[in-house]
Amino acid sequence: MVNWSGTALHVVSGKGGAGKTTVAAALAINLARDGKRTLLMEVEGRQGIAQLFDTPPLPYEERRIAIAPGDGEVWALAVDADDALIDYLATFYNLGRAGSALRKMGAIDFATTLAPGLRDVLLTGKACELVRRKIKRTANSYDAVVIDAPPTGRIAQFLNVTAQVSSLAKTGPIHRHAEMVMGVISSPQTAVHLVTLLEEMPVQETIDGIHELQRVNLPTGAIFVNMTRNPILDEKQSAKVRKGTLAIKKISEVAIEAGIRQPVEILADGLLREANDHVVRADLETRERARIDELQIPTITLPYLTRGIDLGSLYALAEVMYDEGVR
Amino acid sequence: MSAFNIDAPHFDIDAIVLNPDIHIIVCTGAGGVGKTTAAAALALRAAEHGRQVCVLTIDPARRLAQAMGVEKLDNTPRRVVGIEQLHGSGSLDAMMLDMKRTFDEVVEAHSDPERAQQILENPFYQSLSSSFAGTQEYMAMEKLGQLHAQARSEGTWDLIVVDTPPSRSALDFLDAPARLGSFLDGKFIRILAAPARGAGRGIGKLAAVGFGFFTSALSKILGSQVLNDVGAFVTAIDSTFGGFRERADATYALLKDSHTSFIVIAAPEPDALREASYFVERLHADSMPLAGLVLNRVQEVTLAAVSREQALAAAEVLELGDVNQKLAAALLELHSERAAMVQRQQDVAARFTSAHPGVPVVTVVALPQDVHDLSGLREIGELLAD
Repeated sequence: MVNWSGTALHVVSGKGGAGKTTVAAALAINLARDGKRTLLMEVEGRQGIAQLFDTPPLPYEERRIAIAPGDGEVWALAVDADDALIDYLATFYNLGRAGSALRKMGAIDFATTLAPGLRDVLLTGKACELVRRKIKRTANSYDAVVIDAPPTGRIAQFLNVTAQVSSLAKTGPIHRHAEMVMGVISSPQTAVHLVTLLEEMPVQETIDGIHELQRVNLPTGAIFVNMTRNPILDEKQSAKVRKGTLAIKKISEVAIEAGIRQPVEILADGLLREANDHVVRADLETRERARIDELQIPTITLPYLTRGIDLGSLYALAEVMYDEGVR
Repeated sequence: MSAFNIDAPHFDIDAIVLNPDIHIIVCTGAGGVGKTTAAAALALRAAEHGRQVCVLTIDPARRLAQAMGVEKLDNTPRRVVGIEQLHGSGSLDAMMLDMKRTFDEVVEAHSDPERAQQILENPFYQSLSSSFAGTQEYMAMEKLGQLHAQARSEGTWDLIVVDTPPSRSALDFLDAPARLGSFLDGKFIRILAAPARGAGRGIGKLAAVGFGFFTSALSKILGSQVLNDVGAFVTAIDSTFGGFRERADATYALLKDSHTSFIVIAAPEPDALREASYFVERLHADSMPLAGLVLNRVQEVTLAAVSREQALAAAEVLELGDVNQKLAAALLELHSERAAMVQRQQDVAARFTSAHPGVPVVTVVALPQDVHDLSGLREIGELLAD
């Protein structure tokens, strides 16, 4: 059970292929339950949210993309650094028409390239601006903002914006902006979640990622353990598979009696192979799970969905999250 | 047991890896699909079949690096010990890319020591060479060029296998070098370097106004020091850069060569195959030689003749019975889940193959463990060549 009622900013990171975008989307649906309003934000220009929700590519504009159980609303925003810089300059420097001329000339790309840290400050800055609407109680505020963030290997650097700009600017507007962003990101209002699979490499990255977040004092939230397999075999049954004491011929005969039309040797061979693979995989998951537990961070376990991820299974995942205590 | 059902020409890996006319193999694909491991496995296979191989890895997992003995990041190929000589006497050298060091070396090679020192100490250069999005791709390309030149002049290797950086998009490997090139060569950076020459020339009036505004906004938000650093950097690198860009162009041309071959790696997941599609289309558009697709980590097919529904129906009958009946029910349920996963993977793969019917494909079954040693790599090489 996790209590995220005081959390306004959820940063979802994870290893590529672990289901980061899916988990972020299911979390946004879940947090929007019962009349709330959440924003799902992506920052890498992949248009992963649009693909997931099967909508046309998202512009730099907040759009409602889904509803949540009990009249909730999920909004989405795809931020890219160029847009965020124009937005920033327009807000603080009254840029006017010069903005679009500069964009045409590639000036914005140039500026964000010039100062790599600037890119991240602008992206996280946009998220913080959305979060602060709630504090300011403006009409278009969100109960929670969920960022589909860069992968685990880059997350601490991405969020630790003051460290990034300190080499650039020790004073001045961007420095103050970074301080503001850091004030939100390092506060209890923020939770950084990592999505992992129960496999060796993703778990190692998750452990390294958590340590890195702790080292730079960023608030860790939960670890979402994604795509876990249904155990199916109980402890006694698994032990038999491990010890090789399954009465596989007898079991196959029983299955044939129940309607499986296969020669007994072929069925026995196939079932045994599948049972062995399953137990090897389940044991691996148990070992990796123990390594995650050592971190002593809340975990939320999500199932592997055999039919793949579509809008229906996204809501199913949100249900599982709810049952796992995500509020 | 029957094979993963895929409607595509078979991709004969050995026809590429063991082909003496192929001198460069580029392994590309989305992150997290086992690209680095596949590159290492192909390199090992070629070496154990008598070729003189160098593999350039970008960011290998610790254990893979240990297996090949390249944990130490010294930007130089090191001999991998423990390879088996199956045919002839091959060799394998492996290295891990150090992008900053590669960049530094290029600067040093193209400037006199004093100028080089100036560039290396410039704060803007330091941020460019360590964190610019695209530097890694650029330097991977640069390193490939260097290794290729060395192979030519010294006869060190007859095959170079390159892993590509874990970019947001696999296309970045092809695009980033040009992007960095045009950035360093661009109008903006030039004007910024020499504001005295006037910001207005050649960029139009409105833009000139915008530009002046922009530079002043930039120096306000970033501080004028940043712009001074950029100016100093551009002035210092001017002489160096011509050679620099030419090298990148030459390496890019090398990728179109008939002695080069691209292998696209994917997992049977929608995102990974979408990336693979983009890449295949791009290679085609740029006339770059695509050898085929490796579909990694597919679920091995077992008991193909027993359908998911059959298994579930029988399991339902058996689940309240005695010990063996319960076991039979559980094993049939396992089978039905596995069959469902195979079905899903085949559906996803079919979307790719119907869009790209001519692309040869080889599938590799998912292994329960990550690679820890050379024999693990060898096993993957055998699966690839199967």
